[in-house]
Amino acid sequence: MGSEHAIIVGASHAAAQLGTSLRQGGWDGKISVVGNEALPPYHRPPLSKAYLAGEKHSDELLIRPAAFYEKSNIDLVLGSRVSGLDRKNKVITLHDGGSIPYTKLALTTGASVRKLLIPGHDLEGIFYLRDLNDVNRIRGFIGAGKSAVIIGGGYIGLETAASMRKLGMKVTVLEALPRVLQRVTAPEVSAFYSRVHGEEGVDIITDAVVESLHGNGAVAEVKLADGTSLKADLVVIGVGVLPATELAASAGLEVDNGIVVDEFARTSDPDIVAAGDCTNHYNPIYNRRLRLESVQNATDQAKTAANTLCGTLVPYHALPWFWSDQYDLKLQIAGLSQGFDRVVVRGSSERGRSFAAFYFCGDRLLAVDAVNRPKEFMAVRRALTAGQSADPAKLVDETIEIQLTFL
Amino acid sequence: MPLVIFISHDGSEREVHVASGTTLMHAATDNGVAGILADCGGACSCGTCHCYIDENWTARTGAADDVEAQMLEFVMDPQSNSRLSCQITVSDELDGLVVRLPKSQI
Repeated sequence: MGSEHAIIVGASHAAAQLGTSLRQGGWDGKISVVGNEALPPYHRPPLSKAYLAGEKHSDELLIRPAAFYEKSNIDLVLGSRVSGLDRKNKVITLHDGGSIPYTKLALTTGASVRKLLIPGHDLEGIFYLRDLNDVNRIRGFIGAGKSAVIIGGGYIGLETAASMRKLGMKVTVLEALPRVLQRVTAPEVSAFYSRVHGEEGVDIITDAVVESLHGNGAVAEVKLADGTSLKADLVVIGVGVLPATELAASAGLEVDNGIVVDEFARTSDPDIVAAGDCTNHYNPIYNRRLRLESVQNATDQAKTAANTLCGTLVPYHALPWFWSDQYDLKLQIAGLSQGFDRVVVRGSSERGRSFAAFYFCGDRLLAVDAVNRPKEFMAVRRALTAGQSADPAKLVDETIEIQLTFL
Repeated sequence: MPLVIFISHDGSEREVHVASGTTLMHAATDNGVAGILADCGGACSCGTCHCYIDENWTARTGAADDVEAQMLEFVMDPQSNSRLSCQITVSDELDGLVVRLPKSQI
């Protein structure tokens, strides 16, 4: 084994891929992954879905089993937080005072939840949903017949609502904006999700201004600015995340809404790469800088970063895609819809539970939100990757096969 | 424990033993078999665990359901024996299963 040492900070999706890709790419030095949680890198998306609903054990969440890292000669340094980064001497320090020298460093620190510091925020029974520990604690408060108030009508909030309804709970979702998913989808898609959640028995309150949380030790009530009072056995807050950039910033790396990286995942220090939710990077398909919160970005950018550390410069060029499972709805998203000026819908978003919404800017197809339409998702993902657009008139005509709509 | 034989597009073989009840996808990712990406972790959402089931085994692995079949229409290089490995559970019945991996998934 070579004497070089690559340290990956943050035992995340990106870390699992980066370590694996480093070995595949021929890195023969030491590899360490330092993470502050107890588990090896695990799949986060099931946390708000199958894991919350009790359908999956934590072992089933692991991206790779611990034995895989051992066999690949990747050291997992778990339960350990990196508290300092000395770039001059190329050393990281750990919370317990230990220090480890590195040859190359990869930051895969992910994101942290945005806190809602309203009166009563420190009561028992108020949770965020980001890591396994959060959900383990939430699971101590859930149960059929209990009342949950979910603050935030984004994907995390809606997935949590769906999982809790499955468990027979009374669920209310509070959204500050006029519609759920407002920041990420078209009004048609928001209306669809509101309708289905209503059909499934969830109360959604939009334009909700949460004023305070009340209870004697544990939360029991949520008060809104308009005087509404809601009973709550637990509250889950999902109001977005912020990139975890503290370590990078403290070490003087360039940070601007994420750790700034180039197309090879390099930070402003050539010996340090970064990948995943924590980065701000350029996307050539959409010709702008992005910060993405997704598994796809974590995995694909980690491959780029690993290549860079192995001395092979391959620019990051990937189409963003996402998914969200709620009830019997399989939502798959290809591309980024931000900046759209037109939406066309194939199928009906107003009836039933299967349609695809295509986002355009001028003549250019930007993205698709496909609900129970895996074929449309897969076809559009390929078309967008190939730089194709589509004919809106053909898209709305279901008698025309999806693959015949692309231009 | 049932044996699964993965054959990559360049012909190299990996034999792995996995517990019954493990998905074919996990059989690959847990053992570091290259050629199965499994980005979504088994949610049948990404199409990156595509594989080809050896023709002698397709009857025993069964057919794809509607969601999987729709996904498979648009994976790279689909064939009549294409499957998403996250949708197949390894059992004693599948002991000796031979699976080929596409060249696109690396």
